[in-house]
Amino acid sequence: MQVTVRYFAAFREATGLETETVDSGAPSTGALFEECRQRHPGLVAWDASLVAINDEMVQWDSPVSDGDEVLFFPPVAGG
Amino acid sequence: MKNFEITSSPIDLDTFRNCLVDRSCGGYAQFEGWVRDHNEGQPVLRLEYEIYEPLALKEGERILAEARERFGVTRAAAVHRGGLMEITEAAVVVGVASPHRQEAFEACRYVIDQLKVRLPIWKKEHYADGRAEWVNCQRCAEHGHPPHPREAPL
Repeated sequence: MQVTVRYFAAFREATGLETETVDSGAPSTGALFEECRQRHPGLVAWDASLVAINDEMVQWDSPVSDGDEVLFFPPVAGG
Repeated sequence: MKNFEITSSPIDLDTFRNCLVDRSCGGYAQFEGWVRDHNEGQPVLRLEYEIYEPLALKEGERILAEARERFGVTRAAAVHRGGLMEITEAAVVVGVASPHRQEAFEACRYVIDQLKVRLPIWKKEHYADGRAEWVNCQRCAEHGHPPHPREAPL
């Protein structure tokens, strides 16, 4: 399947990318993150990182489908 | 009117409060988060917020709706700043109006606590020595547990 991955804040700086399209067989968002980390060793799996698919918050074991836009959020710090 | 907003200009606090005035309410609680001049012992010159707006707006509205439902308050609203900010500016404001004060205090606390952990907002601090760090990620690094040994973040 083909998915679009978007990186934010510290993740964007770690990968040097805002977005990339990847061919992946990852069954979950967590597995997809791990695949991306193999390509971008600077990408670190921080505690409290969040993930969304198509602008909805999901979990790290949520399934990923062909055509999804997966958003990787480093630990948030609003307020 | 939207209850949750994001703006890149200074928050007009008087207008914000006046929009929440309600004849049925006898209590109003407001929280403002300000940009302070230090964090973890380091002098801070200014802050920069990065916000992923499509999801932040949706999640912000959701948190305010939860507050109204859980605490039975009449009005709940919040505004968050984006972009570059100077010391003493209000980065976030939360206002809650209800018939009595207790629910207003509790709902206000709920909203700010949830906004801080659920909204896709990142804060970069610019320090006096010229460095700039993402808040929370930097803390992970200082406390010595990156890179994480685990396969995926949980």
